[in-house]
Amino acid sequence: MADIRLEGVAHSYDGGRTWALRPTTWTWRSGRAYALLGPSGCGKTTLLNIISGLLTPTEGRVLFDGRDVTGVPTAGRDIAQVFQFPVLYEEMSVYDNLAFPLRNRRRPKQEIDRRVREVSRLLGLDPVLGRRSRRLDPGRQQIVCLGRGLVRHEVAAVLLDEPLTVVDPALKWTLRSKLKEIHRDTGHTLIYVTHDQTEALTFADEVVVVNEGAIVQAGEPAELFLSPAHEFVGHFIGSPGMNMLPAEIAGGVVRVAGADAGAALPDTAAQAALADGEKLPPGPVRIGVRPEFVELGAAPGVPARVSGVDRMGAYDLVHALVGEHPVVARTEAGTAYEPGAAVCLRFPPERAFLFRDQVRCGSLGPLTGKGAA
Amino acid sequence: MTRPDPRRRANRAWLLVLPVVVSVAFTAVIPLMTVVNFSVQDVFSPTDRVFVGLDWFYEAVRRPENREAFVRTLLFSAQVLLVEIPLGVAIAVAMPRRGVWVSVALVLVALPLLIPWNVVGTIWQIFARPDIGLGGWTVANLLGVDYNYTLDSTDAWITILVMDVWHWTPLVALLAYAGLRSIPQPYFQAAQIDGASAWATFRHIQLPRLRGVLTIAILLRFMDSFMIYTEPFVVTGGGPGNATTFLSILLSKMAVGQFDVGPAGAFSLIYFLVVQILCYVFFTALTRSGR
Ligand SMILES: Nc1ncnc2c1ncn2[C@@H]1O[C@H](COP(=O)(O)OP(=O)(O)OP(=O)(O)O)[C@@H](O)[C@H]1O
Ligand SMILES: [Mg+2]
Repeated sequence: MADIRLEGVAHSYDGGRTWALRPTTWTWRSGRAYALLGPSGCGKTTLLNIISGLLTPTEGRVLFDGRDVTGVPTAGRDIAQVFQFPVLYEEMSVYDNLAFPLRNRRRPKQEIDRRVREVSRLLGLDPVLGRRSRRLDPGRQQIVCLGRGLVRHEVAAVLLDEPLTVVDPALKWTLRSKLKEIHRDTGHTLIYVTHDQTEALTFADEVVVVNEGAIVQAGEPAELFLSPAHEFVGHFIGSPGMNMLPAEIAGGVVRVAGADAGAALPDTAAQAALADGEKLPPGPVRIGVRPEFVELGAAPGVPARVSGVDRMGAYDLVHALVGEHPVVARTEAGTAYEPGAAVCLRFPPERAFLFRDQVRCGSLGPLTGKGAA
Repeated sequence: MTRPDPRRRANRAWLLVLPVVVSVAFTAVIPLMTVVNFSVQDVFSPTDRVFVGLDWFYEAVRRPENREAFVRTLLFSAQVLLVEIPLGVAIAVAMPRRGVWVSVALVLVALPLLIPWNVVGTIWQIFARPDIGLGGWTVANLLGVDYNYTLDSTDAWITILVMDVWHWTPLVALLAYAGLRSIPQPYFQAAQIDGASAWATFRHIQLPRLRGVLTIAILLRFMDSFMIYTEPFVVTGGGPGNATTFLSILLSKMAVGQFDVGPAGAFSLIYFLVVQILCYVFFTALTRSGR
């Protein structure tokens, strides 16, 4: 087990014309369960392959506990990796498939047998242990692959590249909790790639969100939900995603559609960069607020018009238009709002954020008397 | 050979099969029936013939030179398969998978396949001569081996075998190469992750996925080598003695040389049957073992 550090790692498949992974510096700490979350084609697999050594990065260094392994081939890295689709040694039995990584490393016979049986019991493969692996259905085959990834004791990390894509949904749940259990027992570093936010949020200690070849934010699931640092995280996590409402900062107050939404409080990071230390510079911003936190009611607030209501059973989604910009609010089931009704929106402080160029620059604060028009 | 399937009920199917039936009849069945016709008669002249039943078949099986040629040909085919299949696979594995060298390697490997049979024979007849041929001279003079394929049976045999290997291993290599190219990249990545050696990768990833193409390669090489005619005919003429008289050379001597059409007909029917049976055995064995 080791801390895996990426230093300025970047990768291009076409000699530098486009970058599948932009320069990234990041440390995967030993023993944690990570989810690597991002849309299709954002560079998740590329990142994993660089860690496992299947790919040598175009730029940057990979360090395992401070040891530079950038040029070390896969075999010398002690990394386990499970791929998106089942990759089996088809003419071998399930048992032999599981034993293969250990046999190649010349472990003693008893140890191999013990490990194989442990993993097979954990994953429920006992009934098929003697079967030829190619005769299994794809879901089972993928579980065998998962087993091959977990069978080695001494790995620095287990990389799982969307491992449950071919497994049917009912089994997915069970397997994911199994994986968590195994992680607790073994303490392996796990990196679990997915583009499914629920999967990521339920699985991981820490979720790393990737977009267009760059890590945009990493944090605990609650942090990503409550305090997104990038518009993309707001959109991508939560359903429906975060509302984004164009606004204007003037005199330290955020104004939307002629009404004051709140005070513009700079983030501490942004604050340090500011010359006057207190205020965000005036100009356009976007207010980001999750539907869960939009409050509907009478004035004061940002005036809007209800355009539709989705009744979701457990809750309702009220769609409103501020000028021509849509905003969604999640309310209790059985809300009385009807399309066409006038309504005022309020954004609670600490739950609404300000974004410039997609990056968060501040948050919405309570209006003090002096800001009100 | 495609034949109408008796289980088919729809009459229209017959119509669709008809062209095949007609062409097979003209190219295979009718010529074969002529041979069958010869094999059960003793022909003295075009107008004077006697029905002799299965006499020629007994005769064909009993004749010692037939038996010897049969064993000789079987041995030759076995050696051809034992050398060409592993060698072809080895060449395919060694060939580059990417880059500019792919086309260079493909052309180099495919070159021997482009040469017509009898030209191959002629090339080797000269190439292997110990007095003026480059290959023969090198072996005889530089390596100091007492080599002369026109006098020594073993030398003749080896010459024919090496020639066949040179000519046909490329076919096996190209088939195997195509098979290897079709293996998806993640299989090799998984092997790297699992710490598989080059041999283990070959044994557990590449070889199992070559089963299909190797079945074809084995069948093709078996049939072809079992029926080899032109090359030994050109190089050694079946000699010295009978050392390289394979079945088809013997057969053509019998039928064309001595005009023994009765025994030749019976013999060629047996020959035909043996090829069919052995192919069936190979095919079944190879496809069964994969399940
Ligand atoms: N072998 C390759 N050659 C060229 N381009 C590649 C190659 N592999 C990936 N790419 C490109 O690099 C980018 C990142 O790909 P990558 O496979 O890392 O994405 P991903 O996040 O794993 O996507 P997915 O969720 O679809 O698996 C994509 O634009 C892809 O087209
Ligand atoms: Mg991927």
